[in-house]
Amino acid sequence: MTHIELTVNGAKQSGEVEPRLLLIHYLREQLGLRAANVGCDTTSCGACTVLLDGKSVKSCTVLAVQADGHEVTTAEGLATDAGLHPVQAAFRQNHGLQCGFCTPGMVMAAVGLLAENPHPTEAEVRTGLEGNFCRCTGYHNIVRAVLAAAQAQAEQEQAEAAEVRA
Amino acid sequence: MIPAQFDYIAAESAGHAIELLAEHGDDAKVLAGGHSLLPMMKLRLATPELLIDIGSLAELAGVGTDGADLLVGATTRHADLAASDLVRTEAPLLAYAASQVGDPQIRHRGTIGGSLSHADPAADLPMALVALGGTVVLQGPAGTRTVGADDFFAGYFETALAPDELLTAVRIPRRPGVPWGYQKFVRRANDWAIVGVAAIDGRIALANMGPTPLRATAAEDAFAAGASPAEAAELAADGTSPGEDLHADREYRRHLARVLTRRALEHEAA
Repeated sequence: MTHIELTVNGAKQSGEVEPRLLLIHYLREQLGLRAANVGCDTTSCGACTVLLDGKSVKSCTVLAVQADGHEVTTAEGLATDAGLHPVQAAFRQNHGLQCGFCTPGMVMAAVGLLAENPHPTEAEVRTGLEGNFCRCTGYHNIVRAVLAAAQAQAEQEQAEAAEVRA
Repeated sequence: MIPAQFDYIAAESAGHAIELLAEHGDDAKVLAGGHSLLPMMKLRLATPELLIDIGSLAELAGVGTDGADLLVGATTRHADLAASDLVRTEAPLLAYAASQVGDPQIRHRGTIGGSLSHADPAADLPMALVALGGTVVLQGPAGTRTVGADDFFAGYFETALAPDELLTAVRIPRRPGVPWGYQKFVRRANDWAIVGVAAIDGRIALANMGPTPLRATAAEDAFAAGASPAEAAELAADGTSPGEDLHADREYRRHLARVLTRRALEHEAA
């Protein structure tokens, strides 16, 4: 067993894990965070996407021990008391899902994408979500949702900047 | 899918990792990003008894220059390589190749040293290393040696790396402003190349046309002798015997090599 200490959704976590424990299983089974899903289990579908130090990763291909000392964010960590995260709100508003299985991974990939590129074009959204498969929607509403989230985040930043100036 | 049991040690330095390799040899595998190794372990195609994790060693990551070479640390991740202004200026083909690996999540984890050591003949960075005429720096108990791209890839998923050696860095000749071409044919998002071609400065490398990334030497010779891109590209598959799978049979791969080589030579961009 290996001792790990990490931050998950802002809270310190520590424990003894088998080195072979995958991050997705640590999150789901040891911490009870069930948003990220095991889809293909082969680094292809992206349903298990979480943020590791702010960058999107597929947690089916990361060992829990590799996250030792790092920060993990899952979809459970996005919403605040003020409400849904802009990406979550945009997925709801634009109906960016059908069955919902890919959605937590899709949302986390979108959050990671917008952190790297806050004002993506439609083409950049499509290639930026290349690592996430949705078998229901045909992607159109997902892309719409991510573009809407980018717009909402930009407006929110402008409003906050105006508030600071006022 | 869950890997077989193994012991895990986070190496404290590159030297520590090399000591551990000397001690454990073939029973140990080096872990960096884990995006080639962990899938193999989940399928139990690899069952190492010990993983030596070098993924957090700052001394092995990052990009700099050393005289006429770009020096890339082994654990530099694909996303960082693709985004580096220095790499985009001095070796734009390498930055572009890194941007073509897998998908964003994979590029956030996978490392250049891992991809080269894994030596998948269909992968982007091995082909790029061959096209660029780069070298790899290998450190072991006996010291450090450098091996050229043409000699490093020894066979299907096999390299010149000894069991007690660690690939610590990659050297790429700096070539700002030199035209290059890169073609990768895939059927599915985030897939490996069915065939890939990288060309720069008279060197043409092929991905997935044999057990290792290959030089298209007949096409190179013709191009050097003044043949047009179309004429040279006709020779791109000469001497190759690519494998067959559900994506492509041998003749189709040879056809792709010719078409993609022509495009790579015609579309060379500065």
